[in-house]
Amino acid sequence: MNVFRQDFPILKDPDYIYFDNAATAQKPACVMEAISKFYETENANPLRGLYKWSVMATESYEAAREKVANFLGARKASEIVFTRNATESLNLIAYSYGRANVNEGDEIVVAVSEHHSNILPWQMVAKEKNAKLVWLECDENGYYSDEELNNKITSKTRIVAIAQVSNVLGVPKPIKKIADIAHSVGAVIVVDGAQSAPHMAVNVQAMDADFFVFSGHKLMGPMGIGVLYGKHELLNDMPPFLTGGEMIEYVTRENATYAEIPHKFEAGTVNAADAVGLAAAIDYIKSVGFEYITETEKNLTALLMEEMRAIPHVTVYGSPKAKDHCGIVTFNIDGCHPHDVSSILDADHICIRAGHHCAQPLLQYMNVNATCRASMYFYNTEDEVHRFAKSLAKVREELGYGS
Amino acid sequence: MDLKEMYREIVNEHNLHPTHKHALDNPTLELRGVNPSCGDDITLQLMVENDMITDGAYVGQGCAISQASADMMLDLVIGKSKDEALKVADIFMRMIKNEASEEEIESLDEAAALQNISHMPARVKCAQLGWRTMDEIIKGTEN
Repeated sequence: MNVFRQDFPILKDPDYIYFDNAATAQKPACVMEAISKFYETENANPLRGLYKWSVMATESYEAAREKVANFLGARKASEIVFTRNATESLNLIAYSYGRANVNEGDEIVVAVSEHHSNILPWQMVAKEKNAKLVWLECDENGYYSDEELNNKITSKTRIVAIAQVSNVLGVPKPIKKIADIAHSVGAVIVVDGAQSAPHMAVNVQAMDADFFVFSGHKLMGPMGIGVLYGKHELLNDMPPFLTGGEMIEYVTRENATYAEIPHKFEAGTVNAADAVGLAAAIDYIKSVGFEYITETEKNLTALLMEEMRAIPHVTVYGSPKAKDHCGIVTFNIDGCHPHDVSSILDADHICIRAGHHCAQPLLQYMNVNATCRASMYFYNTEDEVHRFAKSLAKVREELGYGS
Repeated sequence: MDLKEMYREIVNEHNLHPTHKHALDNPTLELRGVNPSCGDDITLQLMVENDMITDGAYVGQGCAISQASADMMLDLVIGKSKDEALKVADIFMRMIKNEASEEEIESLDEAAALQNISHMPARVKCAQLGWRTMDEIIKGTEN
């Protein structure tokens, strides 16, 4: 039995197999307790109050920022902006940095394996500025060749947008190498870390990311808190995204001067309680340790892929190497629509994702309309993998095909 | 009827061996229906003479529920007037929302087997695709 499972109230029902961790992770009790404790003992509007509770709320919120900065290896806490999720972080970069720095004729390089949230903001900037979107094409297993990187990232490139780990194929990218190419032509790199930050140790300085984003909820934190890391000098020069309360220095009838970063980008009352929840999730993930997480996921993935290979009519996408999946196994069963597969597995109390995974350009490239995706985390078990494979082997029969 | 029974007893047969999945030569009415979020995509064709649906067919792709539901719908509406077809479509739509009476549901014949979809919000759109498309084409001819 996995020793960490008992930390998760929802996993106490042994009947359910949760294999949709790439969509959102389950929450350990300590995260929920941290949020309750905030509301029960120090709730007040942070950053403004001159009384004890508000000061405590401010301190907890800023301590959460410090924790995130440390977790990502940022130089200073002011390089961390809290948002709602990775999608909002990416939109902030596009609306603020993108619109201020991309001009007519410039190019924005986007990887074909991106989630829609790292595509649509750049489509918006490209259309508005008459700039060009240039696609990085991967091979059939999701890897990007050096040749492709060097051909597409050119002196016209202003921004390179790429996920550290794809949410469909799970393949990790050599971000440092891509960042070096981007920097050599004067571009910045925007790294979507939604699928990497929960699974591997991240160091934004080592990878030399200009921007790095992730969602708290995929890292066992609460829903509704996300992170944007940006290099100090970049954030400092960027115009605000949302305006209003909490982000100003001085306001007259016609004008305003803005607060220092990161507050410049945090208009309105901040989500302090969920920042505190995220800080608790980071403490928890550190106590588990990335070594354990990576190793467990790799072993579970290898076992799952091996069992799936033994089931006729099942196609697994992505790399043949289990370690290049980050717990994500995307697949199809001949003749079975992923929604039917997912419904049949649901009847056996197995939770997987089915559909286009918000990555339609990649699915079009893979020439499939939809796929099934099983995604595991360190709290999943070998027993769950066996039960999943057993159910999966019966899906075709349940859908009316002779076995 | 639980989910697996629903597939085994009704859906699989209509999905794997549909009666009406082919193209008509000269359909009077034709309309494409799509569920963009799941990729269910059908083109429904009807042959209408004097307000009677004399034949019908569909082509396309999608999950078993979307395809089987369209096939069962055509079983039910071929030979009916346009008004009667709209009436059964209305009953079906209400059944999926858990708002139809027992008696009404019985009138849907085999399609009544899909009533448990009302407990599966994620699959409602799949079951409704054919019916929604038929409703749109017939109503489109009345304007």
